[in-house]
Amino acid sequence: MFLKDLGQVLRKNIREYGMYIALFVIMAYFTVATDGIFISSRNISNLLNQTGYIAVLAVGMTLVIVIRHIDLSVGFLAGFLGAVAAIALEFWNLPVYVVIPMTLALGTLAGLITAYPVAQLGIPSFVASLAGWLIYRGALLLVTASTGTIIIQDEAFNAIGNGYIPDIFPNIGFLPKVHKLTLIIGLIGIILFIINAINSRKKKQAYHFEVLPMNIFIFQLVFVSVLIGLITWVLSGYNGLSWTVVIVLIVVALYHFVTTQTVLGRHIYAIGGNPEAAELSGISVKDLTFIVFGSMGMLSALSGILFASRLQSATTQAGTLFELDAIAAAYIGGVSAAGGVGKVTGSLIGALVYMSLTSGMNLMNVDIAYQYVVRGAVLAFAVIFDVATRKRV
Amino acid sequence: MVPLLEMRNITKTFPGVKALDKVSFSVHEGEIHGLVGENGAGKSTLMKVLSGVYPHGTYTGDILLRGELQAFRGINDSERAGIAIIYQELALVPEMTVYENIFLGHEIHRGLAIDWNETIKRADEMLRRVGLDVNPESKVKDLGVGKQQLVEIAKALHRDVKILIMDEPTAALNEEDSANLLNLLREQRNHGVTCILISHKLREVIEIADTVTVLRDGKTICTLDSKAGEVSEPVLIKHMVGREISNIYPPREHHPADEVVFEVRNWNAYHPQLERDILKDVHFNVRKGEIVGFAGLMGSGRTELALSLFGNPEGYHVSGEVFLHGKQMHFRHPKEAIKAGVAYMTEDRKGNGLILIQDVKQNITLANLREISRRGVMDNNAEIQVATEYKDSLNIRTPSIEQQVGNLSGGNQQKVCLGKWLFVKPDVLILDEPTRGIDVGAKYEIYTIMNRLVEEGMSIIMISSELPEILGMSDRVYIVSGGKIVGELPVEEATQEIIMDLATDY
Repeated sequence: MFLKDLGQVLRKNIREYGMYIALFVIMAYFTVATDGIFISSRNISNLLNQTGYIAVLAVGMTLVIVIRHIDLSVGFLAGFLGAVAAIALEFWNLPVYVVIPMTLALGTLAGLITAYPVAQLGIPSFVASLAGWLIYRGALLLVTASTGTIIIQDEAFNAIGNGYIPDIFPNIGFLPKVHKLTLIIGLIGIILFIINAINSRKKKQAYHFEVLPMNIFIFQLVFVSVLIGLITWVLSGYNGLSWTVVIVLIVVALYHFVTTQTVLGRHIYAIGGNPEAAELSGISVKDLTFIVFGSMGMLSALSGILFASRLQSATTQAGTLFELDAIAAAYIGGVSAAGGVGKVTGSLIGALVYMSLTSGMNLMNVDIAYQYVVRGAVLAFAVIFDVATRKRV
Repeated sequence: MVPLLEMRNITKTFPGVKALDKVSFSVHEGEIHGLVGENGAGKSTLMKVLSGVYPHGTYTGDILLRGELQAFRGINDSERAGIAIIYQELALVPEMTVYENIFLGHEIHRGLAIDWNETIKRADEMLRRVGLDVNPESKVKDLGVGKQQLVEIAKALHRDVKILIMDEPTAALNEEDSANLLNLLREQRNHGVTCILISHKLREVIEIADTVTVLRDGKTICTLDSKAGEVSEPVLIKHMVGREISNIYPPREHHPADEVVFEVRNWNAYHPQLERDILKDVHFNVRKGEIVGFAGLMGSGRTELALSLFGNPEGYHVSGEVFLHGKQMHFRHPKEAIKAGVAYMTEDRKGNGLILIQDVKQNITLANLREISRRGVMDNNAEIQVATEYKDSLNIRTPSIEQQVGNLSGGNQQKVCLGKWLFVKPDVLILDEPTRGIDVGAKYEIYTIMNRLVEEGMSIIMISSELPEILGMSDRVYIVSGGKIVGELPVEEATQEIIMDLATDY
């Protein structure tokens, strides 16, 4: 009975759950193939930190693709702004609390500049952002020309990409060597998730909307709780939550809220669904294009900060191919190229799938040539799967 | 005599819905066979079964051509058997020329290369056969809808078609083009082409069809013979809706106040891409509680007028004065017009009216999210309440307000559109072809809603190409031609002849 229900629910929502299942399978496979090294606290922690700078780009790219555009400039924009941040810190001796807002503001400005020809003049975003790709690549080379790689000394800045949140009661005897604040945050997360799920279920029932059968609902609650619990446990066994993960979670939570609960989010998806209808419904497509590209620019800056901080330096090659990784992550995460469909949480999972492949294959010493082939195959499979399951509805 | 086409006991089910339930349908050679029924009655599904869009095996029942059993696996099979279908939405490539379109997919080869000279020559012959006088080298996008329809027919005819199926061919045509098209069908019948005509315009069906089959709720209700005098509008409507509708237009008891709500003076618009004036010195006004009809031919500038007033999203260069409640207005975007209390419901609900991939509630609330949100955060409960309210008051037939709008029938989609604009609570509602392509029952419901709205004090501007609708619903009629208002009549003085006379007089 339970298995039959489960099968039915899975089949009905295969599009939504497909990614989670894929992520699970990939992680399970690498865990077995690497004798458990993959799932070790240290590796998972590293994996999440590496995913950070792609994940924030994928979140922004989700919205860009939802409104039927693309932004190719984000990779080198991130690289360039990372270098700007490094120069501001090292050569201009600006404090970190000035440098970060400044870099984010510059990123937003850059996004608005990309949006201008797209929104105002109707130039295809592919072309406009390709121009940006070239310009920022040149700009990155230009600012690093005299110095080459810029080493960043600022400890606060470097902690963003390498540091961990502090622990509380690090020295009491209870659970030694375990990061207790991380555990507590994980627990809070589980509780919030359960309360939220029960509330939303009650609300839906009150309106006689379709809900999951009770046994499946409980299974879903337990499954997700165990998953969050496991990840928290694994992370707290190493250094706990890193600042990168905290930042990514905040960004995803914020964008998830905006896309699902606000008027702004509704407008964005309306434009993606039918721009002409949205315009005639009083939504300014032009304004929204500026907002979405502006947010993309800001997240590019954040990505650049995360990356420079992780490497503790700004390099001449920073940001190379980030844009394509972010686009791939968004597509793996279920964003539709036709516009109007895609979730930021999906893109986060997409980014995790993508980076898990890299991490796992690195652990297995797979040749880089094969790694590209595998990643390409996974992307193709994900998109084909998405289209095939969409048609059934 | 063996019928040319016979469909026996066709049953087709979709998940949860029986779209066709043992439908039988037979067509004799050389006749024009009308197929009528409300939206969702199963007409389009039946034709998709016939044309192989739903391949053999996905339905039960038999299709026989001249008594021989057929098993179409796709459109190619049915085309080979001489069946051609022309959909409501035309399947032409706008950027290609007329002759390229006519032979698209059936190019004339000489070796590997296409023989363009022969193509143009043959295209010319086809165009003459359908009575279309255009240069075959002109691009399709430069032709009007009526001419595009003829190109579609030429495209079908050159393949030596035996059965021509036309799905709502005149829905987007004005009266003159419709008449031409119907004449052409008669001519083709004399050439031995059998035609199946699906149409909501019953007068047209009555005028032209030899036989009429009525479908209702996925079942064949009856097949009537025109020559035996069995076909008339009341009879068809009775069979279609299963009850008698004595009047197509609900009784009108409008009492427009003297107060002018909306007034336009000296309104001009210039189209920067076409480089010509599209509206010239337009004057009109609308009173409180009044339905004002805008009659005119396709392309006379009525939609352009509405759009230019509704925040001008097309970016025409406009000049002139607009007054709302006596106050001069300058709408620079639809959102400003909406905020001031002017709403515009498009003529093209699928193209720029609805977001088909979103659900009923999201579509209804889209133009007025401000009202169901606080500081930019949505109140999901309020949204559900609003959507449920409009679903009930407009009688939108949908399994749930979370149903994707793309899955609804045309009439219900139109009601969702209407719901969206009513939720804006406008003072002036512009309806552009409010009943295009929807069935009698849904039309009646929309007319009833319009009457209710004006009684509540709303002012309605109704753009319509159907003269009976203009005469049946309006209090006052403006006639538009060539971007100008060429006449204004109280409805009591207006007749179809007077309006057509003015509308065609440039």
